[in-house]
Amino acid sequence: MSLRNILDKMEPHFHKGGKYENWYALYEAADTIFYTPGQVTKTAAHVRDAVDLKRMMILVWMCTFPAVFFGMYNVGLQANTAMAQMGLTEVSSWQGAIAGALTGFNPDSIFDNIIHGAAYWLPIYIVTFVVGGFWEVLFAMKRGHEVNEGFFVTSILFSLILPPTIPLWEVALGISFGVVIGKEVFGGTGKNFLNPALTGRAFLFFAYPAQMSGDAIWTAVDGFSGATPLSLAAAGGVDAILAQNITWFDAFIGQIQGSVGEVSTLAIAAGGLVLIIAKIAAWRIVAGVFLGMAATATLFNLIGSDTNPMFALPFYWHLVLGGFAFGMFFMATDPVSASMTNKGKWYFGALIGLMVVLIRVVNPAFPEGMMLAILFANLFAPLIDNFVVQANIKRRMARDVS
Amino acid sequence: MEQYISLAVKAIFVENMALAFFLGMCTFLAISKKVQTALGLGIAVIVVLAITTPVNNLIFNLLLREGALAWAGYPEVDLSFLGYISYIGVIAAIVQILEMFLDKFVPALYNALGVFLPLITVNCAIMGAALFMVERDYTFGESVVYGAGAGVGWALAITALAGIREKLKYSDVPEGLRGLGITFITVGLMSLGFMSFSGVQL
Repeated sequence: MSLRNILDKMEPHFHKGGKYENWYALYEAADTIFYTPGQVTKTAAHVRDAVDLKRMMILVWMCTFPAVFFGMYNVGLQANTAMAQMGLTEVSSWQGAIAGALTGFNPDSIFDNIIHGAAYWLPIYIVTFVVGGFWEVLFAMKRGHEVNEGFFVTSILFSLILPPTIPLWEVALGISFGVVIGKEVFGGTGKNFLNPALTGRAFLFFAYPAQMSGDAIWTAVDGFSGATPLSLAAAGGVDAILAQNITWFDAFIGQIQGSVGEVSTLAIAAGGLVLIIAKIAAWRIVAGVFLGMAATATLFNLIGSDTNPMFALPFYWHLVLGGFAFGMFFMATDPVSASMTNKGKWYFGALIGLMVVLIRVVNPAFPEGMMLAILFANLFAPLIDNFVVQANIKRRMARDVS
Repeated sequence: MEQYISLAVKAIFVENMALAFFLGMCTFLAISKKVQTALGLGIAVIVVLAITTPVNNLIFNLLLREGALAWAGYPEVDLSFLGYISYIGVIAAIVQILEMFLDKFVPALYNALGVFLPLITVNCAIMGAALFMVERDYTFGESVVYGAGAGVGWALAITALAGIREKLKYSDVPEGLRGLGITFITVGLMSLGFMSFSGVQL
């Protein structure tokens, strides 16, 4: 009996009046993972395309994998290196115990590092997926819309922008806020105006600053405090980063402190370029973010400052530090919360680039600015579109008269 | 010059009237359904703020504050208890003039704003700017910059909200949240985005 037959046999139970009619959303989700939906367009304007929302979202999900695996490796690497430095052979946390039971803590072994990192990242992802999935399915069942693969993307992005040592109950709280307030109250995927993953992250950032910022949270070893290169730069500029034996190339490859998925610019760019080539991520937004960032950073370099070393940080350092690359490829290009018009995408991207450097350099409260910069630009995305459309209408009317 | 620029940035972004202080909420929520109208109201608020704050500054410094009446021969008189009523009077008069001006020259905007134009009189953002100006002891030059900046910040916020609400027309909001409910949530999320400026020292 083929899978199609099994699904077809189950289907009547999920329709109206069936035994499990409340669970139709789940059946539909499982069905469309394996097969394309059976509905066809019945009236005019037939657009045929193999890439629907589900396939698109799955592709984004898969494109994060380089960043995922490198992130796990790096979390393990940082933890194992710190343990070797402190002379520890055991860890007190339960995640460390799992990693210890499976393998050793040798910082030179890639396998050990990945296992140790996975012991921290996988629980975060599982909690994100289960709790967020619960809300997604609940709203889908109660409101009668479909469970959407957009949540795959939201969940993996959310888990990748968290520090590895975050308590799991905060993960649950954050994704709940992101999914419910950031997305579902507006009606689900495609109807929100902020990136749900970033909304949840921002909520956690402001509600629990102790677990979301500082120097002690980036390495999964108790009592070890390693500052991210960005906060090093905020304290002493490029020299302070180099003084820690971190070169630009280290930061580009990603062997630095930071949230799980944001460290390796190389791995992120690998996934991001696939997205751009597949035309899922808008290249105009990515280019706009990069140009806006480079222009603003260069402007600050030229202005200069005696008291604030961040003024002198050149743009190629901004590119590899913190969440910039991850935000540029995966967050800013979210098709729902970004600008829709082609010209608007340039402005939208440039606004993010401008804001991220502005927050990093001028705002002493936050060393990192990518999250807030994207949220801020999300607020103005509809307005940018509105102005672009109005300008277009005006131009065409003027052409018509003459 | 530099202090004026930092004051303007502070008034527009860091201490945004609508999204950091939540002042002027009634009009902010009610007149934000369309970008065009919101923009018009925003400009009206900029004009009112940019005029009333300096005028109130003059009134405070030349008539009301302790010792301000020294030029008239009453150095010990302190009229600052008359502050509120004078500021409200000035605001009401200027809004009245603005209303007549719009009625005559921009009737489309006048009709679109409707009852909310006279309601600018009691817009908390405008009274708030006057009171902040007094509390922080701004000079006349500073009060001009602060008034205009606070207005620009408020206008920016309401236009952005209108843009979002135009987009949210296509959303499928749960029944009980439609209208004001979802707008409140939207404004809350917007001020989350504006948190990016909190902590900026200028």
